[in-house]
Amino acid sequence: MAKKGDWVRIHSIVLKAEERTAKLPEDTKKCDLEQWTKGFLLADAEIGDEVEVETVVGRIEKGTLIDDFPYYDHSYGKFVPELIEVDKVLRKEMAEIGGER
Amino acid sequence: MALAKDYASVMGRSNDIQKDALGLDYAEFETSPIAFDYDKLMTSTGYTLEEVNRVQSQFGVGNTPLLEARNITKLARKYAKPGYGARIFIKDEAANPSGSFKDRRAACAVYHAKKLGYKGVMAATSGNYGAAVASQAAIQGLKCIIVQECYDSHGVGQPEIVEKARKCEALGAEVVQLTVGPELFYSFLSILEDTGYFNASLYSPFGIAGVDTLGYEIVMQCREKLGKDPDMVVCTTAGGGMTTGTARGVRMAGCDAEIVGASIDLSGLSMASDIDFNKKSCTTGHTGFGVPYATDPDHSDVPRSAARPLRYMDRYVTITQGEIMEMTEMLAQLEGIERGPAGQTSLAAAFSLAQDLPEDAILVVSETEYTGAGKHVQPQLWFAKENGIEVKLGDPKDEVPGKSVVLPSSPALFQYKEADIDHFRQSLIKKAVKKAGVKPSDSDLEFLAVETKTDVEFVKKTLEENGLL
Repeated sequence: MAKKGDWVRIHSIVLKAEERTAKLPEDTKKCDLEQWTKGFLLADAEIGDEVEVETVVGRIEKGTLIDDFPYYDHSYGKFVPELIEVDKVLRKEMAEIGGER
Repeated sequence: MALAKDYASVMGRSNDIQKDALGLDYAEFETSPIAFDYDKLMTSTGYTLEEVNRVQSQFGVGNTPLLEARNITKLARKYAKPGYGARIFIKDEAANPSGSFKDRRAACAVYHAKKLGYKGVMAATSGNYGAAVASQAAIQGLKCIIVQECYDSHGVGQPEIVEKARKCEALGAEVVQLTVGPELFYSFLSILEDTGYFNASLYSPFGIAGVDTLGYEIVMQCREKLGKDPDMVVCTTAGGGMTTGTARGVRMAGCDAEIVGASIDLSGLSMASDIDFNKKSCTTGHTGFGVPYATDPDHSDVPRSAARPLRYMDRYVTITQGEIMEMTEMLAQLEGIERGPAGQTSLAAAFSLAQDLPEDAILVVSETEYTGAGKHVQPQLWFAKENGIEVKLGDPKDEVPGKSVVLPSSPALFQYKEADIDHFRQSLIKKAVKKAGVKPSDSDLEFLAVETKTDVEFVKKTLEENGLL
């Protein structure tokens, strides 16, 4: 249960696939145009409820509550062995040309 | 009565919403169905080089260091013929408050918004410009909303764009994120209409005038440091603002350096495709923006774009994603400067372009950008692998956008590809005339010659060959 005043993330469908009239590739035509934003929840709610939030600029936006206290989890990714190979090549090159290190 | 907010109604009010949100009526610059007065547009808002410099200095923007990439130059010389390999210098634009040259554009746009009395600013961008507008809005005390295309239909976000969202929020902005598609513009306009905020468009005259200082500083720093002008300036070309503004500034300083636009080659990938969206390993600085914006500048979020790269560009080259990723690694390993990959587009091209120039020539790369989680060689290559893209060492010529990223197995394999700039010039001329649907007058022909840095003969020949004259 999310409480009034919680920092939350909401989701909405801006245009259903069949409502999309812009010039689009076939694959995109089959998809809804979806939108996400974040704000302070205006009333207690459960995940999945239709809610209203007040965003940081003070806008009121409606949507489906999808996340209470959202956070970022993008990262530096997993090990990419090719990069270590590239670094090896570059270090060797620098040794050969007498790089300033 | 409340206004109807459905797609057709909002898009139908597009012109009025844009006029209100820019405080600028573009109708006064139109001189015919084809031509408009570009110089009048650029001077109409009163942002001279001095005024832009004053505004930017006040808000911590510009006067970034010009760094010499000594080891990268040395390496380029190893692969050049004897006596060749220009000295490579890098304008370290990551030193701006939000970490990219986009602060130059944002500083002016936000300043202008505040001067006109707007309470907030909005920008539609998945790039560094969002962070720049958020940063300047924070500095200058306005509210800020950034609208970005970020996810595919499975809700998988491009790591580079997710990081930019984080940065915008860290700087106090609201971020509205959408799935793939040009109808982002509908959401953008709708919020713009509701809030009455200023459209801090990337393509406004003050946004472009903001970049003029970049070109001017490059020339002044070269004169001060080296006692001579640069011979070549390489600019990453996406929406065209960097190339346009930098070239303008270089010319304002009285320097005739060759202006080279550089884009990442993403040919074959559709920019509006849900499937292709996450097959890109770089989300900006690429031909998917570079080519359409160069050949048809006026399809942006303003009626007439102030970014018109073909007016200034002498050459247009492309470079691969693999070369950019490796150049980012090279900058870190050889020069001790860790920066974001997309900002290395022009440096990767420069490494190869420098080998065509004599050793005493000066080549300047116009930017770097900040790096961080998501927006870094490591996560971008990892994300590529997650999306079925083959990452390998080899010859970058073999790279197929959306299928492979090929890191050069030797620095000898860095090689820019010369794009046929005359083809782009012809494309602009054809599109401009077709869009207007009228027979061009003599003054239209002159306008199109200036638009494409060609002459009236070139314009006439192009139109005659296509039955448009």
